[in-house]
Amino acid sequence: MNRLKQLFREKSADKDLLNIYFTAGFPALDQTVEIMEALQKAGADIIELGIPFSDPLADGPTIQQSSERALSNGMSLDVLFEQLKNMRTRVQIPIIMMGYLNPIMQYGLTRFLEQAKQVGIDGFIFPDVPMSEFEKEWKEPLEALDLTFSFLVTPQTTPSRVRQLDALTSGFLYAVSSSSTTGGSSTQQQEKQVSDYLRTLKSLKLKNPILAGFGIRSQADYHRINSEVDGAIIGSAFIKHLDEYGATEEHITQFVHSLKAPLV
Amino acid sequence: MKRASKYQVDEHGFYGRFGGSYIPEMLYPHIEELQQKYIEISESESFKKEFNKLLKDYVGRPSPLFFAERLSNKYACQIYLKREDLNHTGAHKVNNTIGQILLAKALNKKRIIAETGAGQHGVATATVCALMGLECVVYMGEKDVARQAPNVNRMRMLGARVEAVRSGSKTLKDATNEAIRDWINHPDSYYLIGSVVGPAPYPDMVARFQAVISEEIKWQLEEKIGRHHPDYVIACVGGGSNAAGAFYHFVDQEETQLIAVEAGGEGVHSGKTAATTALGTIGILHGSKSLMMQTADGQVVEPHSISAGLDYPGIGPFHAHLYDTGRAEFHAVTDQEALEAALELTKLEGIIPALETAHAFAVLKKKAFLPKDVIVINVSGRGDKDLASYIPYIQNQEHE
Repeated sequence: MNRLKQLFREKSADKDLLNIYFTAGFPALDQTVEIMEALQKAGADIIELGIPFSDPLADGPTIQQSSERALSNGMSLDVLFEQLKNMRTRVQIPIIMMGYLNPIMQYGLTRFLEQAKQVGIDGFIFPDVPMSEFEKEWKEPLEALDLTFSFLVTPQTTPSRVRQLDALTSGFLYAVSSSSTTGGSSTQQQEKQVSDYLRTLKSLKLKNPILAGFGIRSQADYHRINSEVDGAIIGSAFIKHLDEYGATEEHITQFVHSLKAPLV
Repeated sequence: MKRASKYQVDEHGFYGRFGGSYIPEMLYPHIEELQQKYIEISESESFKKEFNKLLKDYVGRPSPLFFAERLSNKYACQIYLKREDLNHTGAHKVNNTIGQILLAKALNKKRIIAETGAGQHGVATATVCALMGLECVVYMGEKDVARQAPNVNRMRMLGARVEAVRSGSKTLKDATNEAIRDWINHPDSYYLIGSVVGPAPYPDMVARFQAVISEEIKWQLEEKIGRHHPDYVIACVGGGSNAAGAFYHFVDQEETQLIAVEAGGEGVHSGKTAATTALGTIGILHGSKSLMMQTADGQVVEPHSISAGLDYPGIGPFHAHLYDTGRAEFHAVTDQEALEAALELTKLEGIIPALETAHAFAVLKKKAFLPKDVIVINVSGRGDKDLASYIPYIQNQEHE
């Protein structure tokens, strides 16, 4: 059974859920599995492993810089798959890969999906894959390998398009909480807009669970998002934390705990 | 949408296997709006009337087609120069910015975003924004800000905010990334792209606005020598907007040979080059599938060219398709060859070309032409902005 699908099947409605993103190869080349293990131990529910790309259009400066660092550290898909070879003996929570289409195109889609399956990846997010190309090239092999694919939706995505994207999505739908690149900031008024948006999205009664990301950084953000949808995705804030304190178990634990701690 | 020819864009935004729209969902509504409306708006009578009026009275079109007698004598063929350098702002770029600013106005956008390499597109954008009273933000690689100072000052004087981009290679590629990010974060803005690159419909839209170049060449040749197509059209290619305009009305005229000239930098195999077709493979950059320089691992390679306007690791999908089908012939010209060609044109014809443009002229040394051959070279821009590169070169020449 796909670990991500299983997680959502077993999840009760009131349980909060934390999906943490980090860029493979950042801050150092060889800490990928170490960071994943620390995240699991600290209580992260899903890990979104970023495949670094030189021109990450959907991402803000924090993730772009982490990608540049990862690439200059020597990260590549070959290196990454080698690092992940025995990952599943240490990490049991669902792992999805996030990246951009071009490196996959060069690696070869079939080869990529097979390698990912082999090392124990559960699903993918590739924000620049168009629906038409997904249906032509991705859908069948993903189903055959029991791997998920999350499309993004934004407050500007029309309801009919949300339904189309939901129909093609498996695992969870990724709600971009504001139309922006990753790592943006928010005001109180924007927070209300995000909540309103997520409520509207929820009211569409989609087939997939919804996780929301972009601009989520604090304990308050985390709980607010979880009260609206099925979980929260945090990326830039974690990258900044890694950059500032290093990828030690102690600091990773501290980051996760500070987010997940109940609000008093 | 009417498809003019097998070399033009199809209804899905593809040129053969190149093109399309590979964008994150955050950009989808922006692109969809353009896709739905650009043809309708730009083909309307009121748009065409305004566009043509501005091209004539503001830009100064038609740009002359000049018979370059001394250059023709030297290379024993008949060379005509399409003088886009005489346009207002000094390059072909303004044809496109006039078209897109009218489109932006029709879409009721108040803030304009642009990327620029050499600064010519930035200047042309800042110019039309001043003309229309619209806010203008131009993204420019930090490296280009330094080497194209005159254009940076022009943009500022025109009222644009110039944002120096410090990520990646600090040139046009990264300026484009930043401009696209700005657009994601400001959905009410209009992204005024400067070349035939980016997600559909941009490549086709920009090519249409630049197509006035080949449209004029046709009747100007007819008027001068009684034929409506040349044997060769030569143009330099970075992203490829001036070449797209110069080729546009000749692509189905198979007896006209199209020659695209890329920046070879310090040599195609020197590791410091922008010769995309020589080294490139199919990939996705800035939202479309095209040829680009990349590592085996799919990371975009940082290009090099002495000319900021050609310092781009890809080419537009239209050109990739012309290359793929063999319809156009591609050459790579080194920094050194471009400098020599610029100096030669200056001495023989009294025209100081932009460094980008100089690449097109360097082909005259690389290819044999017949005395009866009629050749049109697109003089895409003037060289005032490049004096900082030309002067040291000339001084070196004098010392040798």
